[in-house]
Amino acid sequence: MAALISIRGLKKAFGSFTVLHGIDLDIAEGEVVCVIGPSGSGKSTLIRCINRLEAFDPESTITVGGIKVEQGAALAKVRAEVGMVFQSFNLFPHMTVLRNVMLAPMRVRGTTAAAAEIKARDLLARVGILEQAEKFPGQLSGGQQQRVAIARALAMEPKVLLFDEPTSSLDPEMVGEVLDVMRKLAGTGVTMLVVTHEMGFARQVADRVIFMDGGRILEAGTPAQIFDSPQEDRTRGFLRAVLNH
Amino acid sequence: MNLINTFFNVGVLLDSLPQLLWGLVVTLQIGLTSIVCGLAGGLFLAIARLYAPAFFQILLRIYVDIFRSIPLLVLLIIVYYALPFVGIRLSPFLSAVTALSLVSAAYTAEIFRAGIEAIPRGQFEASAALGLSNRHTMIDVILPQAIRIVIPPLTNNCINVLKDTALASVVAMPDLLKQATQAQALSANPTPLIGAAIIYIILLWPMVTVVAKLERHFSRGDR
Repeated sequence: MAALISIRGLKKAFGSFTVLHGIDLDIAEGEVVCVIGPSGSGKSTLIRCINRLEAFDPESTITVGGIKVEQGAALAKVRAEVGMVFQSFNLFPHMTVLRNVMLAPMRVRGTTAAAAEIKARDLLARVGILEQAEKFPGQLSGGQQQRVAIARALAMEPKVLLFDEPTSSLDPEMVGEVLDVMRKLAGTGVTMLVVTHEMGFARQVADRVIFMDGGRILEAGTPAQIFDSPQEDRTRGFLRAVLNH
Repeated sequence: MNLINTFFNVGVLLDSLPQLLWGLVVTLQIGLTSIVCGLAGGLFLAIARLYAPAFFQILLRIYVDIFRSIPLLVLLIIVYYALPFVGIRLSPFLSAVTALSLVSAAYTAEIFRAGIEAIPRGQFEASAALGLSNRHTMIDVILPQAIRIVIPPLTNNCINVLKDTALASVVAMPDLLKQATQAQALSANPTPLIGAAIIYIILLWPMVTVVAKLERHFSRGDR
């Protein structure tokens, strides 16, 4: 079966500093992939290249659903199919929660306001914050905001959801509620690529875990392979550091 | 008593009031036209500077810098007295509006640019990630937030434009100041000038207080 996301020789440099040294990665439809690794290993940059929030080396290729990710008219199409959840939520603060979720389907897909609202309320119910629909993001807790952000991304019915450290800026007591929503999502067959420091989530939910370090994929495998019998010293060292703190 | 008769002569004031009010109408015409043109031009310049190719960005920047550096009075005199030498002959009204709008657009562009740049990068990224076009990103996401930031400086700029309309009197525009100086010459009494000053204050004082009200209004729902 053809991969939903196909990454070939992905290179990215900020000035003279190379962040990604030629990454090859395929992600199948319905797969849940967690990317782990130390800070500065290029994990976030990797997933930000998939919807081209970061420009990358012109010789590298990324395709999503067969469409090449490149500057131009096709880029908005790719982005409409790729949902993203950010570390800092990035909700639109001047709109109600409901409008946040309705906006993109109306503007990008041409959905009517009535249909978008039904959809949005349904999604807000799924992430457990329907009763907050009329509030503004600033009135919600971090965990609630991140759940709205997930609903907003889902409203576009994306082929794949990218999560860029979705729980890293949350207070500890709110991490669980966001992970619960993500766990439920994974159960519904949504393709997910998750950059995370939540090892418990990765072990429990991922079909495949990727360990990155220094802009390279050092090791990839099932959660059992990576967490129970890592092959690389760096992987072992990283896991020892994060699991025994 | 002498002082009151000189500066606050009621008879002279009442005689000159119709003339002053005509001047006020002209002042408002020049001011409002320039404000609208300056706002539209400034918004265009700010957004163009964000998305235009590098070469045009430099040109726009030069435009903004030049028109923020040149004294308005100098520009107005060039437009009215110098341009006719190259065949561009503008009426006093158009000269005033042109000079005021060119300068106001430059300031407005800087205000909008600062407002847009104050919006966190994450807002642009979230919009892009959802597939919103540049146009919708601006209209739905960025500008509504930037407006809250730029309303006070924009209102200040509008106040400045309205005040600077007084310069139009040097190109024989019958605005409030010009009418006042004429009435003063006619009655040999400075009361019309005082009257004009009071009208300017009555016109602009509320705008100054409106700035604060708008700030409060636009910060609603944010945080």
